[in-house]
Amino acid sequence: MKSGSGATLLALVAAAGWLRPDDASAQSWNKAAFDTKSMADTMKALGGGEPVQSKDIVFFQTPDIAENGAVVPVGITSNIPKTESIAVLIEKNPNMLAAVFDIPPGTEPSLSTRVKMGQSSNIYALVKADGKYYFAAKDVKVTLGGCGG
Amino acid sequence: MADPMKIRATLVGDSTEVKVLMSHEMETGQRKDAQGAVIPAWFIQNVTVTHGGTTVLAAQWGPAVSKNPFLSFKFKGGAKGDKVTIAWVDNRGDKRTDEATIA
Amino acid sequence: MRLACFAAAACVAFAFAASAQNSTTDGIAKYREALQEGNPAELWEARGEGLWKEPRGPNKVSLERCDLGLGAGVVKGAYAQLPKYFADADRVMDLETRLVWCMVKLQGISEADAKKNPFGNGNDKKSDIEALVAYVTSESRGVKMNVSVAHPKEMQMYRVGEKIFYFRAGPHDFGCVTCHGGDNQRIRLQDLPNLTKLEGAQKAYTTWPAYRVSQGELRTFQWRLNDCFRQQRFPELEFGSDASIALTMFLAKNANGAAFDAPAIKR
Repeated sequence: MKSGSGATLLALVAAAGWLRPDDASAQSWNKAAFDTKSMADTMKALGGGEPVQSKDIVFFQTPDIAENGAVVPVGITSNIPKTESIAVLIEKNPNMLAAVFDIPPGTEPSLSTRVKMGQSSNIYALVKADGKYYFAAKDVKVTLGGCGG
Repeated sequence: MADPMKIRATLVGDSTEVKVLMSHEMETGQRKDAQGAVIPAWFIQNVTVTHGGTTVLAAQWGPAVSKNPFLSFKFKGGAKGDKVTIAWVDNRGDKRTDEATIA
Repeated sequence: MRLACFAAAACVAFAFAASAQNSTTDGIAKYREALQEGNPAELWEARGEGLWKEPRGPNKVSLERCDLGLGAGVVKGAYAQLPKYFADADRVMDLETRLVWCMVKLQGISEADAKKNPFGNGNDKKSDIEALVAYVTSESRGVKMNVSVAHPKEMQMYRVGEKIFYFRAGPHDFGCVTCHGGDNQRIRLQDLPNLTKLEGAQKAYTTWPAYRVSQGELRTFQWRLNDCFRQQRFPELEFGSDASIALTMFLAKNANGAAFDAPAIKR
């Protein structure tokens, strides 16, 4: 099952032309995952099953109201053991996935960045830990949309 | 060639805290110009942070990351004087690599 | 807020409305606080420092010999005492007009070229002035505002600026005072500082220039005044004009005593 979805992912990524053999650090960009409009589609593109809600994923320095959706600070800490990656999804954005961070061993599973929100929406913190997916949600109100104009 | 990043790497206990500001338009591809034509998407797709040859963070970004992106995280280890290197590649193939010394 | 509640339902509704209001302004205050870290203005500061030190223009000279009022090349604390009368130009200048002056006199750049792109727009249309302003102002962070009106031309500019502040014009009969002349005024969710009171005047002036999130750019005080004129539907405030310097003089001097705290970051 796992290798099957891995092959699909690889095929998607290769088809999108984002695997460059000349890159010393074989960087890939999961085009399919950044093109999804739902959690289910994002999970399919990431090659994972349905995530389980977890109280061990915490938002920090993430405001309840963003004066301007163009810059919304979001901080996520995962207290789930063996966290491998943290992704940020914005439910009502034109495409849900904003960013995926791979957390190698030795790196704290906690980071903060800034994202654009087109409108008031849930922000999902999606964590992959020990091969399984978990998520937490935070509702953020946006007074001025940050996607266009 | 894009403007240099502003990187701050500081030793906090036995961890290194990295804060970086990158100069990039992060154009979503959703906007239209005055003539009504779509302004093409232009955004950083990959970010890699390395220390002593080891990758301490690897990220894939979409255009929903804010313009002039800011990122902050911590990794265990590092010593004053060590170098932390950050590299990004965008969807046009433009690249930028900068390094900072852990203080 | 304590209320003597007899009509319990009405009371609850009123209290709830009041607390919803407060939670909104609290929420926005939290947003602004969370923004403070990682201010993209630093990118402009770095570029500006490069531009200050780089030999440029036909004369291939750097701006390091530019006198911003504290002596040639002295940048530290310079912004906190501007605008100021400069004998070599025989006029009062704010930072931006002084930078243009130095670019013309020292570097040999034409005035038209120096002034042609004061407000940048994206990576393709970066403004050198904005970067230089970011750098110079960052060197005044923490310095107490100390603008002088001792010279008669400085006092004259202050008085003219004051007149402009209170002058009502344009299709809406607005003046700066319309929005900034009272307490607790607001446009949508933005609280308007009362610039006729010391606290408001200090807080407003010491936080420009700023990275304006909504613009995605570092915006200067000249930009702020230009945009206020636009919002009032006034004719365009010309970049570096005497009117803009006069208004800046009025507002800067009124902020004296407060520690300068920019480049900041704003919505």
